[in-house]
Amino acid sequence: MTQAPSRLETADDLTTEPVPPTGRRLRRVRQTPRSTLTRGAGLSLGIAMIWFSLLVLLPLAAIVAKAAEGGWSNYLHVIQDDQTWAAVTLTVSQAALVTVLNVVVGTVIAWVLVRDHFPGKALLDVIIDVPFALPTIVAGLVLLSLYGPKSPVGVHWAFTPNAVFLAFAFVTLPFVVRTVQPVLEELDADVEEAAASLGAARLTILRRILLPSLVPAIAAGAALSFARAISEYGALVLLSGNKPYETEVVSVRVLSFIENGSTASAAAVASLMLFVALVVIVGLDLVQRGVAGRG
Amino acid sequence: MVELPTPLKWMLRVIAVGYVGLLVAWPLGMLTKRTFADGLTTLTDALTDSDVVNALQLTARVAVVAVIINLVFGVTISLLLVRYEFPGKRALSALVDLPLAVSPVVVGLALLLVYNGRTGWFGPTLESGGFTVMFATPALVMATCFVALPLVIREVVPTLEEIGDDQEQAARSLGANGPQTFWRITLPSIKWAVVYGVVLSLARSVGEFGAVKVVSGNLSGQTQTATLAVEAKYQGFDQPTAYAIAFLLVLVSIACLVVVAFLRPSSAKK
Repeated sequence: MTQAPSRLETADDLTTEPVPPTGRRLRRVRQTPRSTLTRGAGLSLGIAMIWFSLLVLLPLAAIVAKAAEGGWSNYLHVIQDDQTWAAVTLTVSQAALVTVLNVVVGTVIAWVLVRDHFPGKALLDVIIDVPFALPTIVAGLVLLSLYGPKSPVGVHWAFTPNAVFLAFAFVTLPFVVRTVQPVLEELDADVEEAAASLGAARLTILRRILLPSLVPAIAAGAALSFARAISEYGALVLLSGNKPYETEVVSVRVLSFIENGSTASAAAVASLMLFVALVVIVGLDLVQRGVAGRG
Repeated sequence: MVELPTPLKWMLRVIAVGYVGLLVAWPLGMLTKRTFADGLTTLTDALTDSDVVNALQLTARVAVVAVIINLVFGVTISLLLVRYEFPGKRALSALVDLPLAVSPVVVGLALLLVYNGRTGWFGPTLESGGFTVMFATPALVMATCFVALPLVIREVVPTLEEIGDDQEQAARSLGANGPQTFWRITLPSIKWAVVYGVVLSLARSVGEFGAVKVVSGNLSGQTQTATLAVEAKYQGFDQPTAYAIAFLLVLVSIACLVVVAFLRPSSAKK
């Protein structure tokens, strides 16, 4: 899954187009958000919004409402619970570590995929997407077969905090690669050659020319992989053993709250996770707009 | 482009291939090896187990329904977002991406709070009308729709933006009505993006685990999907069956990836 280019209208929409009399696609400068919906389009928008509300908006609102019912004391009560706090710190720290690893290795992989040529590269390109397509529970099982109790390489990471790291690394592998790769493909190699011919060292080219253009893509990939990591559940079920205080992550904690019937606590933790998700989505929106604006 | 010195090039190559190999390729190979450790018997045994067969059928049904719903919804929303102006458009455009970042367990909890039969917002009303959502197939479909919601939209929106609406306007000025323009002009030009989005949604729908686990009730033979069966079998010390189901799921996802890899060049290389 590559990053969708920004949905911002391009500049020529504002200039080239005589406004069609039907009123379709009337693009104004954004300070007057006017509706150009025809009757049919308005009806479809209405139906789509009803479904979207029933499926996504209302249920998510229900979490916030449920969490707010108990007020601050509910949040405090949940956060002061040692087991929950342990789960939060484990999840956030492992997710941060994995994100750092992804930033480095993901960029290297993207580089190799774009600039290097060797037999089997096409295969590598396909394998990168496997974690996207593989069911998470299967991802856990797959990792367990190599790093579990019967490991043929002698690495016994199952049921330790390392298992959490491993599962996060697996499911987030494609994000940085797939956001950096298209940007790297678009980059003009002429600029690098010009810099080199003017005597710039390779490190200088990397620091002054490559990295600045890659940073927004790397940041977007890092944000996505952090968000994905802290919300991961399926890959951990079989792999981490879900031991309280040791390998229990936030999602597992929420699930055990649900199963114990303490929905208010579940909603409190879930609303915090929801908040992080929202921050990431809004951040991505801003980064994409920034990139589009520059190009 | 500036050439790297050969040792550095090899180092980067080894890092990339080694990392992906250790993390993805080798473990996948191990799974395949374990599935076929006793020849084909593991697979055939699993496929004669009625629980497994029920789980696979349920997964197929749920995935197909969810993909169809997401296809219709996704194409509609994409057209609205790209071709029309309306208040709240930007917010909607960001919100449809939200399911990508929300934890599956949170998705499950959210649906549970609204649709459960006892204390949910709509659950009791629906249930007194004879329509059970939670712990039944409708909940599975909803959870699956939720998590796969943005995939079609994220593929179709960029394509729609790129093709512009010149042809549509031409068709309209020649007297075509809305549906005609859509079926003859718009749909053929976004065809590959739609197919690509559908394949991605299918892979995601078949593989959903966390959200489905919360809303399914996990009744073996009734609301147990294939992914839930993997967990149940593995923890029930029936590991060969778990490996067999997992292997089938791997086949489905690899098939989806291969289809996508073949479609990619025709649609993305502009």
